[in-house]
This record gives sequence, C-alpha cells and structure tokens, in this order.
Amino acid sequence: MSAALDVKSLNRSFGALHVTRDVNLTLERGARRALIGPNGAGKTTLINLITGVLKPSSGAIVLDGADVTATSQAERARRGLARTFQINQLFRGLTVLENICMVIAERDGHANNLWRPTGTKRVILEEGLDHLDALRLTEDALKLVRELPYGRQRLVEIAMALAQRPRVLLLDEPAAGVPSSESHLILDAVAALDPDIAVLIIEHDMDVVFRFAKEITVLVQGAVFTQGTPEEIRRNEKVREVYLGQEHHHG
Amino acid sequence: MSETKPRTSAFFEARDRATDYLVRRHHLRWPEVLPWLVAIACFFLFPNRMTFGSQVLIMIMFALSLDLILGYAGIVTLGHAAFFGIGAYTVALASLKLGWSEPISGLFGAAVIAGLVGVVVGWFILRYRGLTLLMLTIAFAAMLQESGNLRSDITGGYDGLPGLTFDPLLGAFQYDLYGHTNYWYALAALAVVFYLVRRIVYSPFGQTLTGIRENVRRMHSIGSPVHRRLVTVYAISAAIAGVAGALFTQTNAYVTLTVFDFDSSAKVMVMLILGGTGRLYGPFLGATVYMVLEDYFSKLSPTFWQFGIGILLVLTVLFARRGLLGVAEDFVRLRLSGRAGDAAPRRLVWKPEHWKALGASALDGAILGFLIGFAANLSRTELMSSFVAGTPARAFIFTLGGAAIGAGINAVYLLITSRSAVAGAAS
Amino acid sequence: MPQIANIVVSVLFDGLAYAMFLFITAVGLSVTMGLMGFVNLAHGAFAMAGGFVVVSLTRSYGIDFIPSLLIAAVLIGLISVRFEKRLYRRLYKSTDLEQVLLTIGLAFMAIAAFTYFYGPIPKSVPLPHWLEGDVNLGFRRFPSYRAFLIVVGAALIAVLWYVFENTNIGAKIRAAVDNRRMAESVGINVDRLFTLTFAVGSGLAALGGGLAIQLFGLTPSFAVLYLVLFLIVVAVGGLGSLKGTLLAALVIGIIDTGGKYAFPVAGNLFIYAITALVLLIKPSGFYGRE
Repeated sequence: MSAALDVKSLNRSFGALHVTRDVNLTLERGARRALIGPNGAGKTTLINLITGVLKPSSGAIVLDGADVTATSQAERARRGLARTFQINQLFRGLTVLENICMVIAERDGHANNLWRPTGTKRVILEEGLDHLDALRLTEDALKLVRELPYGRQRLVEIAMALAQRPRVLLLDEPAAGVPSSESHLILDAVAALDPDIAVLIIEHDMDVVFRFAKEITVLVQGAVFTQGTPEEIRRNEKVREVYLGQEHHHG
Repeated sequence: MSETKPRTSAFFEARDRATDYLVRRHHLRWPEVLPWLVAIACFFLFPNRMTFGSQVLIMIMFALSLDLILGYAGIVTLGHAAFFGIGAYTVALASLKLGWSEPISGLFGAAVIAGLVGVVVGWFILRYRGLTLLMLTIAFAAMLQESGNLRSDITGGYDGLPGLTFDPLLGAFQYDLYGHTNYWYALAALAVVFYLVRRIVYSPFGQTLTGIRENVRRMHSIGSPVHRRLVTVYAISAAIAGVAGALFTQTNAYVTLTVFDFDSSAKVMVMLILGGTGRLYGPFLGATVYMVLEDYFSKLSPTFWQFGIGILLVLTVLFARRGLLGVAEDFVRLRLSGRAGDAAPRRLVWKPEHWKALGASALDGAILGFLIGFAANLSRTELMSSFVAGTPARAFIFTLGGAAIGAGINAVYLLITSRSAVAGAAS
Repeated sequence: MPQIANIVVSVLFDGLAYAMFLFITAVGLSVTMGLMGFVNLAHGAFAMAGGFVVVSLTRSYGIDFIPSLLIAAVLIGLISVRFEKRLYRRLYKSTDLEQVLLTIGLAFMAIAAFTYFYGPIPKSVPLPHWLEGDVNLGFRRFPSYRAFLIVVGAALIAVLWYVFENTNIGAKIRAAVDNRRMAESVGINVDRLFTLTFAVGSGLAALGGGLAIQLFGLTPSFAVLYLVLFLIVVAVGGLGSLKGTLLAALVIGIIDTGGKYAFPVAGNLFIYAITALVLLIKPSGFYGRE
C-alpha cells in the first residue's frame, strides 16, 4: 500500500539561494510526524512546496500513489491534502460557520451552484456545525471571525483544514501566536485528530513535539539533518547542538 | 471524537440559531421592496423626466454588473465600459445591417455577445492582479474604441449612428416622445437582471466570490478553482453590462464610440463606491444619487461639479468606506441602540496635542493660501487672456489668511469631536 | 538627405523628445509605486501643477524659463511631502482600490481648482530666444526646444543612474524595492526613504509638466489626459525600475510618434496594443520584479 505522502528528492532554489536541498520524506497513513529545525531552516518553504504554493526546482511529490508535482494547489486539496497556515488565513468578514461551510461546499462540489441559495442545503450546515462542535466552537458559530480572540481563530483555522476531510494534514505551527492560557485548546484538538489521517506538524515547542510525535524529522538549512523516533532525536548529540541547544539558551 | 461533555440547552440553542440564520439569509426582506416602489412612484411624480429616468435605470444596471466583479469578487477593473459598448453596438449594428430590430431579443443577443467576449478576455487577463490587470482592462476598452474609430464607416465614429429604429415592444407598445414606454421597459429589464444577480449572490457560487475577495490564498488551499470562478463571474458581469449598453442604444435610438470612454468606466466605479460595494442595493443608491447630482450641478457649473465629485470621492474613502448604504446602516444602528451619552453635559476637553493639530492645519492652510495668492487671478474677466496675475503681496496675504482659515476649520472640528468624545465616553 | 531617411530621423528625434518627457514625468511614479506599492493617480496633477507654476512665474513674476522650471520642481516637491504626510500616509495599508479612488478624487479637485483660477484656455510660456527656432547639427536642422528636451532628459538619466547604481541612497532604494521587509530588518528607514523618493519623484513630475507646456500646451485636464500614459509607461517598464521606465518611455514615445505619423487614424491604438502585448507576456513589465 502506498504511503499517504511521499516526497522524493525535493529541491528548490531562488537564484543562487538553495533553500530546499534534496529532501526525502514519507508519511504513512496515520503518521504523526513533527518537522523541527532552527529558524530559517526552510520548514514553511517545504510545506509550500508540498501544497503547491511553490514549484520545486526538481524532485517529486506523490500523494496517495499519484504524482502531483505538476498539479495546482487546488487540485492537491481536492485530492485530500489540507494545511493550516502559520498566520491565520481565514475569511475574517464572514461568520465562523460560513467559513467552515465554504470549505465543505468546495469539497462536495456544491460551490459551483449559481442558483440554489446557500441555506437550502441543510446537510452542509449540519456537517459544518458538527466540525465546529468537535472543536468546541459551536457558540461562536455566528460570530464574525475577526471578532474572535486569536486563539479561537486558530481553532477555526484547524477546523477549516479538518472540514476538508483530508488524508494528509500539514499543520504549520498551530500554536503560534496563541496565548498560553488558550494553547491547551490547540493541543487537545491536535491530540484528538482522526488516527487515519497522516499528519505533519511544524512546531517549535518541544513539549508539544515530544508529546504528539511518533517520528521526528530535523531540517537544517533546507536539508534533512536526521530523522527518527522522539527517543532517538532526544538522545542525538548533534541535534542538540544544532537545535535543542538554541532552545535551552532561550530558556 | 470529542469527550462526552453533557449537551446543554445553550448548545442546542446556538446550533439552531446558526442554522436559522443561514437558512433565512436569502429570504426577501420587506425593505427590499422600497427601491421598486420609489421607481414606480417616480413615474407618477416626474412624468416629464422619464427619459432621464430610463438613463438612471440603465446606469443602475451597469453599476450592478460592476458590483458583481468588483464588489463581490474584488477584481478592480477600469474597462467595464468595453462590455457596455459591445452591447450597445451589437443592437445598433444588428438593427442597421441585419434588419434585426426586435428589442427584447436584441437584449439577449447583446448579453450573449458581451458574455462571450467576457469569457475570452477574462480567461486571459484574470490571471493577473493589481496594476497589471488594471492596465489590461483599460487597454482592452481603449483598443475597442480605437478600432471602432478605424472603421468609422461601420461604427459612425465619435459622431455615431443616429436615427436607429426599433420595433415596438412585444409588438404592441409604441415608443412615445416622453419616453414612458422606455421607462417601463428599462425597469422591467432591470427587475429581471436584478433577480438573476440576487440569486447568484446568495448561491454557494456567490459565497465563493466573497471568499476569493476576502482571502484568495485560502480559497486555493481548500481546492477552489479560482480562475474558473472569476472567468465565470466576469462573463456574467460582462453580459449584464452588455444588456445595459443595449438598452442605452434602444432608449436613445443613437450610439457613438463615446460609450467606450475611460470616463464611463471611471464614472460607474464612482457610482458603485458611492452607493457601497459588495451590496445588492449599493448600485441603486449610488447610481441614482450620482446621476441626479450630475444632472443638476454639471449644468450649473462643470468645474464645480468636477470639484464636487473629487471631494466626494476623497471623503468617501476617508470617512464612508462602505458608501452611502454603510452610512445609512450605521445611522440606523446608532439610533436603534439608543444614545445614552446624549444626556451627558457638554464639556470641552482641550488637550495639548490639539495645539499641534491646529498648527498642522495652519500649515496646510498657509500652503493652499500661498498657492492661491501666488496664482489667483481675482478678476474673472481676465481668465480669457493667456496671462495670469498673481502678485507677491497677494501671495503673502493669502498665505496668512490661509493659515488662519486652516487653523480655524480644524479648531471647529476639534470642538465638535472632543465634545462627542466626552459624550461617547459616558454612554 | 534622402526623403525617407529624413522622415525616419524626424520621427526618431521627435519620438526621443517625447520619450524624455514621458521618462522625466513617470519615473517618480514608478519608483514610489515600486517602493511602497502606493497607487498615486494624483501624480499627473503634480505635473500639471508644476506646469502652471512655471506659467505664473514666467508671466506674472517675469522670471526666466529655466529658473522657473527649477523653482517649480522644488516647490511642488516640497508641497508633495506635506501631502504624503497628511493624506497618503493614512492609506498605505489600504486596498489598491481605495488608493486609486482617493488620489483620483484629489486629481479631480486639483483640475477643478486650477480651471477656476487659471481658466480652461491652453497656456503657453515665453521661451528664451535660444530655445526657439532650429538648431543646426550639421547634417540637418532640428527644432531647438526638442533638442533641449533630449539633452535635459539625457542629463537627468545620467544623474539618476549614477545615484541609483553608485550611491548609498540608490542602493538602499533598490534594496527596499526588491524586498521591503528585509531592507527594514537590515536597518534601512524605508519610511524616510519613501518620503525622499516621493518628493524627488513629484518634483520631477513638476519639471516634466513645465517642459510639456511647449510641446502640448497646458490645460488643467493635462492631469488626467496624460495620466493613463504615465501608468502605461510605469506598468510596461516595471514598477520601481529606472531601466524599465526608460525603456518603456523610449518604446512608447517612438512607436507612438511613428504610429501617429504613419497611421494617424489609428490614434492611440498602437500604444494600447503594445501595453496589452507586453503585460500579457511579462505581467510585471520589462524590468519589474516578479
């Protein structure tokens, strides 16, 4: 059975700047992999390459056995790839429920309908409310996104990705910018993810990483420095030097 | 998936409320009848202004078409007159060259042709945004106009094609000198077009347009075929603009290349902004207000009208970003919520930074005063000569006067706003 | 000279002069748009105002043409700083549409005001006698004024080029145009840089307006009539690029002059066609950043 996501020898350069170097990465079904590395290592660039925001200079991206390297972002999303952004990318002028329903309507093709009013497809509303419920957002359903505190907006960001019913989920620093009083909401949501989804999470907080991840990939200067289980990484001296050492200095 | 927290009634209420809101979103609300009642009333109130009335209705339709692409989808275009013109010339040439002068089918023909052109053009240019897209839209309309001028034997050039004739409506209603038939014709057409636009706006497709405008990145990442959606709405918008253009030709029995003017594209954008973008009724308000004001003021003094439009635009962008509709809504909401602060005593709070603001305004006033005094020819009769007659002395006096006036205006403004600031704080 | 060569030389010469005018006036718009992304459609109004200042200085105050040009450039440059600080700064975070509308509104106000004070009749300026008539370059004679325009243009290009490529300030501008955030993180004060470039750009526009009087006559509607042309030069050349603006000005200037000579009926068709062609192939213009 093919892996959910297979990244093969991925390279990306901007002129003379080689930002992604020969990256190989595999996510099996149900994977829980963390992508860590110092600032500027190219983690978000890698996510952008996988999702199609950027085109690679060379290499391949295989989603569920199909080569998607030449396809668009939207096409990859339709094939089951979802992501959250490091900074919330939501429809701030719309209500939370409308945000989620937008995703569902795209997913099931209802969004192409020019004629029937949105409210008449109750199935979509119901499913949207279910997704909100799963993240405890039901009370905020009719609030405009821009009126929510940042932490709850981040939850909406995750709910949007989940509403795509993805097979592969890429989370870019899901707890970033969330005040510590609210970060447990994010962590609980991540912990409760469907065990069938393959998840790749970029994270700086090592507690989160070690709690969540079954495997860890360390990215340094655009290349895979090392990969392994949390135990192996924790014990790895060189990783400590390159990355965890920095963390300890920050305290 | 989630732990079993007991479901409170608050939870079910929230759920029901959310469902209700979205289900009812598209239902007709009673204020929506108002614009139509007003339109009908105008017929009886101003029976000898009905030719003007038809033109207002046509502009509303034109602005409505722009609202779809600009207000809802967020695509800035200054070339929409291209499609207006295509529609206008489609019915004109069909009548002249093909002898096809049935009006209603003419509207359909214009819609189809303009829409097809919209698909082709949109497919190419909607890959771009910003200045690039803006210039492409301008270039397209301009090229149509210039090409039309090249073949002025067909198009009549800027002098146009006068004396076009069209069959009576539905075979029965003759056109009359007062434009009464035309008015009802335009109104009926507007009603049909509006119904279509309203359905689109409340449909899932319409919702995705808002999504594209609000956050196109997000739309890509959830699998939305953004380009296809934009081309579709651009084509629909083009078709509607074409219908408006066709109506223009039919109601005026005349068309010239000026329908493609850049001015026309800019004007309809101003109308839309004025009324409020991204709203169904913004075009109604904006087009009506603009046309009425223009009709009155540009006859009075074209210069004054131009200044008025300029300052209207500036004030709209700075203070009334959501247009007249937005202002009206804010006003209603304020009245409804009650102003408890009105009872507070009216004290003036003068802060030190107010002096700084006064100084800034004085400087602005001084600059303006200087420019005017430096250049102003206060004897209006001499404007006809090539010479201007500012003098250094006058420049000096005007500078001082300008500073005083500038500071004065700002002082009044501060007095007003700091009072309401106090009042507001108390509410 | 053989007849056809004579015509070609004339067209090139006139086209070059026209291109110089376009470059001088549009370069400020290109750099400010590239630097701050601020769409300033009042740029044409600055040019127009500069022209009228020159008219007043020469006709009412008896100052010579060349000094008037310099005074007008400095005056408008300084006033534009005030504009930037009081009005434009509030809109840097706004949408393109809002910037377009505000600046167009300002342009309309300016046109109306100038029409009120100066009247709609086209104005001219008294030129020093050495700018009138023809100048003899040996193989044939050329109109002196246009030759002057070409020389001024070339000189300005040289100065601007030197500043852009060889000075600290120029490097900072290029860095900020290229990547604003990175420039700021390296310690470049982009806001101040912008005010400076805006002032210089507006001053150059005023200079261009003053120079244009002899070419086209000056009316208040100059502000919007030529605005589309400036936007074309900026878009086709690429935002924020000196080279691009120059190349675009040359292409537009020469092809427009030649086109209007060979096919006057086509009017502006050639310019718009070039615009569409360039933008469809390279949307960011000749030398624009992708």
